[in-house]
Amino acid sequence: MRLRLVPDHTSFDFFKHWKLWLGFSATLMVVALVSFLMQGLNYGIDFRGGTTIRTESTQPVDVGTYRDALTPLGLGDVLISEVFDPNFRADQHVAMIRIQAQDDQEAVSTEMVDKVEAALKGVAPDIKFVSVESVGPKVSGELIQTAVLAVALAIGAVLIYIWLRFEWQFALGAVIALVHDVLLTIGIFSELQIKFDLSIIAALLTIVGYSLNDTVVVFDRVRENLRKYKQKPLAEVLNLSINETLSRTLMTSLTTLLALISLLVLGGDVIRGFVFAMTWGVIVGTYSSIFVASAILLFLGVKRDWSKPDPKQSGNQFANIDA
Amino acid sequence: MLQFELWKRVLIWAVCAAGIILSLPNAFYTRVEQANDARAAIEKTGATPALEAQAARWPSYLPSDLVNLGLDLRGGAHLLAEVRVADVYKSRMEALWPEIRDALRGERATVGTIRLQPSPDDELRIRISQPDGMAKALEVVRGLSRPIQTLSGAGSSDIVVSGQGGEITVKLSDAEKLATDDRTVRQSLEIIRRRIDEVGTREPTIQRQGSDRILIQVPGIGSAAELKAVIGTTAQLTFNPVVSRGTNPDASAGVGNKLVPAQNEPGVYYTIEAAPVVTGEELVDAQPSFDQNGRPAVSFRFNTSGARKFGDYTRDNIGSPFAIVLDDEVISAPVIQAHIAGGSGIITGNFTVEESTNLAVLLRAGALPAGLDFLEERTIGPELGQDSIDAGKLATGVAFAAVLVFMTLAYGLFGIFANIALILNVTLLFGLLSMVGATLTLPGIAGIVLTVGMAVDANVLIFERIREELKTAKGPARAIELGYEKALSAILDANITTFITAVILFAIGSGPVRGFAITLGLGLITSVFTAIYVTRLLISTWYDRRRPKTIEV
Repeated sequence: MRLRLVPDHTSFDFFKHWKLWLGFSATLMVVALVSFLMQGLNYGIDFRGGTTIRTESTQPVDVGTYRDALTPLGLGDVLISEVFDPNFRADQHVAMIRIQAQDDQEAVSTEMVDKVEAALKGVAPDIKFVSVESVGPKVSGELIQTAVLAVALAIGAVLIYIWLRFEWQFALGAVIALVHDVLLTIGIFSELQIKFDLSIIAALLTIVGYSLNDTVVVFDRVRENLRKYKQKPLAEVLNLSINETLSRTLMTSLTTLLALISLLVLGGDVIRGFVFAMTWGVIVGTYSSIFVASAILLFLGVKRDWSKPDPKQSGNQFANIDA
Repeated sequence: MLQFELWKRVLIWAVCAAGIILSLPNAFYTRVEQANDARAAIEKTGATPALEAQAARWPSYLPSDLVNLGLDLRGGAHLLAEVRVADVYKSRMEALWPEIRDALRGERATVGTIRLQPSPDDELRIRISQPDGMAKALEVVRGLSRPIQTLSGAGSSDIVVSGQGGEITVKLSDAEKLATDDRTVRQSLEIIRRRIDEVGTREPTIQRQGSDRILIQVPGIGSAAELKAVIGTTAQLTFNPVVSRGTNPDASAGVGNKLVPAQNEPGVYYTIEAAPVVTGEELVDAQPSFDQNGRPAVSFRFNTSGARKFGDYTRDNIGSPFAIVLDDEVISAPVIQAHIAGGSGIITGNFTVEESTNLAVLLRAGALPAGLDFLEERTIGPELGQDSIDAGKLATGVAFAAVLVFMTLAYGLFGIFANIALILNVTLLFGLLSMVGATLTLPGIAGIVLTVGMAVDANVLIFERIREELKTAKGPARAIELGYEKALSAILDANITTFITAVILFAIGSGPVRGFAITLGLGLITSVFTAIYVTRLLISTWYDRRRPKTIEV
């Protein structure tokens, strides 16, 4: 027998409490924003400059002794944390050391890394630096600008595309849902103080892409049903469309989540933050395409008199492509 | 509509077959890589039986392009350097001074005595004792200017000369500065490339970024510090006349001179003339060697013009010391014993054998025209890269298996069709990545996993649509046809929007992020292709053979 996530026919009423859902989403957005403004993000060196060193040793990491060994060097703000991962061998002990950008130089000097290594050899003789990354303040400033620009450009480009393919109400609904997803992701990174670096920006853009994918599929069905049922109230059309696409929405979210969760658990600690952002984004994105994008659409209303009444002509603009 | 014309069938299978063949080398990564290295070595240094045997491990009629592994997977060093383009202005000005001096001396009757005033690095200020002769002096100095040979700067000349009171100011023109900057960065790029090639590592990336930055990525090198030692040294070698020798680091050098420390005599400073007699640019060769006392040294040879200048200078200045200066440090300051003709010589200093070998490499490759500031540097150890590859492989495998099982459970036979398409999809993606020579990074692996998850989306859309159409349409054939037709607009809209974000990521991102954008973007293309062509072809072939009365999706 087939595995069915939802019955063939569903008629959940998604819009019974749509104002409540919108209010709920708005509250979450405000909470995320406040957290971001109050607490700020735990920026990685990509965005604030500085040096991170990943150490590996066969002896257990003792953050306290590491810190004591490094304090005499006078490097300013030094952050030491142990890294855990199920993939590590039993005698593989990994720590991350983050050193703030030094005042008088762009990238880190070789001597500084050597000094740090010598100091740590004192407490863990077999310590190895498996990666050393250093970003000067000049570049990190530019990276922040490009990152913000990238996210803004992506959202803008999408707004225009959906506007062209649908109506402006659809575009606005989709974009508000996107802003919702991005904000909530930034919010959870600020709340949990997970390291926020360049790869998280890539994850954010992917979330934009994924969430949009979901929203567009629902909207595509809404557009189709709006032409099919010209007299039905908008709320009913929306409800019908979401119910019809529900099975697909859940199937796709689930396969994507299956893939992501396997990466989250087994993919190693280096990309864990990145994968976490995407996993979170898929969940939030699925939620937002129903409870934010469609609810906004309901709130804005849709112009029903289509300039081209023939559904065959304007309905599936791509349907004539001979696939 | 369910039917495919023959040429389309052939084309679809041909694309799939091409994808499989192109991606094949990646399945035997180490073997192909060694064979490729062996072939490159044969081309460079000639064949040996060992190399031939190694090259034969991968047949030459098969494609041998591999997906490049990014630094985060292979380990290596990454540097982002900014070229101090303004350095060059100073040396340009220093070189111009003797020319101007000689030209003005010829007009001594009109302009009087001339004296160089203290001036900023990118200017020359010259005082003449007879301000009435200013017009003549300006004319003479302007006569030394040259027209600029670039498109944007056409019509302007390289220096701007102005006079006020008894002082002439000479500056580089803005157009000339732009042209100089560009030339400086290009020269630096070329010299860095030569130096890295001398050290010899596989597939280094050396790219210009923006107007004055250079990105250098060298896989397999131990650390960024090593890389910096190779490329970070300017290796600006000059031979300058010595004015005096002293121990005061703050001594005033006098106009047109400069004060530089001695490399192996602590506390000793030399005052030398800023304009060199000969520079390292006129070297044709440099080799590590030993001096008569058996200490490591570097022997060198000048080109013809360098040899002549060096010869003339030594002939005229027997008995006076001259300094061999490397990157603003005096390596040695011997007294000229005799006229050195023939243009070859030896540099002795306090070198170790390794240092003299390195210096010879640097001198051979040429001096960097300007200094470098390192803005960003990353070293990734090969162990960490290998750990990431292992984790990535495992995660991708598990993700793949989970999705395959899930699809089969959900859609039965159609799910298996989708799975075949999914496997082909990943194969095609690897084929494409190898073909365009893309670099696979850790986020890139995540991109592939995400593609696996999302590639099924198109099929899910279609299958769900077929399910719906089965309830209303007349017969399975029509339902399948309508399913594909009606799902198409959603599939295309959804994928185009994601593709837009991938393009933006590619355009703006760098390094690993760009690697992610490439896999995501190409993955979208292959997944749309496999979903709407491959599964459809599979289903239509199956349907033609079986002609089922009812279907279950």
